[in-house]
Amino acid sequence: MRTILFILQKEFLQIRRNRAMLPIIFVMPIIQLLIMVNAATLEMKNISICVVDNDLSTTSRQLTNKFSSSPFFKVTGNTFDMNEARTQIEENKAQMVMNIPAGFEKRLVRENKAEVQMLFNAINGTVAGIGNAYANQIMMGYNREVIAKWIGISKNMPKTKSIETIPSFWYNPDMNYKIYMVPAILVILVTIMGMLLASMNIVREKEMGTIEQINVTPIKKIHFVIGKLVPFYIIALFMLSFGLTIGKLVFNVPFVGNLGLLFAVACVYLLVVQGIGLFISNSANTQQQALFVSYFFMIVFIMMSGIFTPTESMPQWAQIINYFNPIAYFMKLIRMILLKGSEFHDIYKDFMILLGYGVAMITLAVVRYRKVSN
Amino acid sequence: MSERETIITVNHLVKKFSSFIANNDLNFEVYKGEIFGFLGANGAGKTTAIKILCGLSKPTSGEATIAGFDVYTQKDDIKNSIGYMSQKFSLYEDLTVTENIRFFAGIYGMTRKDIKIKTQQLLAKLELEDSAKKLIKDLPLGWRQKLAFSIAIVHSPKIVFLDEPTGGVDPITRRQFWNQIYEAAAEGVTVFVTTHYMDEAEYCDRVSIMVDGRIAALDTPQKLKETFEADSMNEVFIKLARNATYNE
Repeated sequence: MRTILFILQKEFLQIRRNRAMLPIIFVMPIIQLLIMVNAATLEMKNISICVVDNDLSTTSRQLTNKFSSSPFFKVTGNTFDMNEARTQIEENKAQMVMNIPAGFEKRLVRENKAEVQMLFNAINGTVAGIGNAYANQIMMGYNREVIAKWIGISKNMPKTKSIETIPSFWYNPDMNYKIYMVPAILVILVTIMGMLLASMNIVREKEMGTIEQINVTPIKKIHFVIGKLVPFYIIALFMLSFGLTIGKLVFNVPFVGNLGLLFAVACVYLLVVQGIGLFISNSANTQQQALFVSYFFMIVFIMMSGIFTPTESMPQWAQIINYFNPIAYFMKLIRMILLKGSEFHDIYKDFMILLGYGVAMITLAVVRYRKVSN
Repeated sequence: MSERETIITVNHLVKKFSSFIANNDLNFEVYKGEIFGFLGANGAGKTTAIKILCGLSKPTSGEATIAGFDVYTQKDDIKNSIGYMSQKFSLYEDLTVTENIRFFAGIYGMTRKDIKIKTQQLLAKLELEDSAKKLIKDLPLGWRQKLAFSIAIVHSPKIVFLDEPTGGVDPITRRQFWNQIYEAAAEGVTVFVTTHYMDEAEYCDRVSIMVDGRIAALDTPQKLKETFEADSMNEVFIKLARNATYNE
């Protein structure tokens, strides 16, 4: 026990002297939260639209106005020439084109039917799809107005018949993407600290040659490993608190659930990632190797974790892989607890799996660690 | 000589790495308080032998006891009784002089009070009082090596293993370093040292010379020179090592 205290003292001194460390602890959470949360948004605003209005009628102008007054669209071009509109898409100046043909209003009045052409740049299918949905909404709304104006008023009908849906968005009523992303960024921060930096720190001793000196001392391997992991465990939890504070102050993330439960999950989660980090440091001889291997696992785990897209809509095989993806568990649980207010009995199963996973990883890694350096 | 107390006993020690025999039937004894030189060309098997004696690696066969403890079963006891300083510089460069002393003394189980006293003594002896709060990386190499040696024996071990301790150090510092070794030996610490400098071999009480994983000669420098009809240890070494056939 006394030995561990001496090791911890040494580790904290070294971490404090490491010039990169303080920025990582304090600046990284701020930057990642402020930049990534604001940038990594699926909410689409200001879709640029080029309008080709060859009708130049009241109706066509009203329709164009509907688009330009919507927060989702921004009219970036007006032309009469389809070729020029196409060029705008090709040059990325517009993401979509609305083509109102000549005689649009006339046909609408005479034939009760008129057509408008919409062209989308679908390189990013999601953007095109969402843009199409928004555009359809505007069209439908305008349609109703037109019907009301020309048919409804003349026949004196109070209201046209239609089925209205009244959506209610639970757990994130304003559909604010940011409060969905803040917990995700916190997961990444905790993972970087617990897995990547911890594994690099252990390998550093190999690289410097000081591990040899440690090996001839009576320090037990388990003491050495504890001394290496505990500081990063503490720092990771600190970063989580710090990040949560920023999330609250800057993004007003609701803490619906119990923060104690969240930290309990984080503690268990850290066992898993530190176990993985220790495993990596067993096989790596240089910090560079440790970095690359950790980085590889982190990217795969993060991309599959449901950070942007729900894991439930991933193919079956991906969902099976996710049973072994610790980030997927934490990503799900932190959102459940923070945004939905899930209690322990709601997350019981995932919590236990994570706990079992953590104990297994740490045990395996420590056992293997002893063998390797003997 | 044989009536002296032995502290390291090695009998028929063999270490194989698959087909390569790094240590082939080593037999020797080291007496308490002597300075034992362990010489050999690069690749002769010195480091492998030291690793076994320090409890870092298991021998393939044979016996070895260090300070009365068996290398197979009592590694932890061995580690408590020895100090070690490697050819690779092994203090923490990002810690200060005092912090290094405190850490290594601490993990050998010294109390904080003893550590404080010992630190003061060490700093005074090495004339490092003004540099106590300096980071190791800001010290000149020679000072670092002297400090590393002092830290290797901070817990008063019975034996200290020095693996090419003076590599890259200037002659004056080497001289001072050897004075430190003599002092330690005078206090009863057994010194087991490997070196490439043949003048240093002359300073040892007894010298063993390894060639191709075997001990080719073992005696006092004086006797070795007589046996091999050489004027210096340098000549002895070259006569022996010339016959080496690297079977790597």
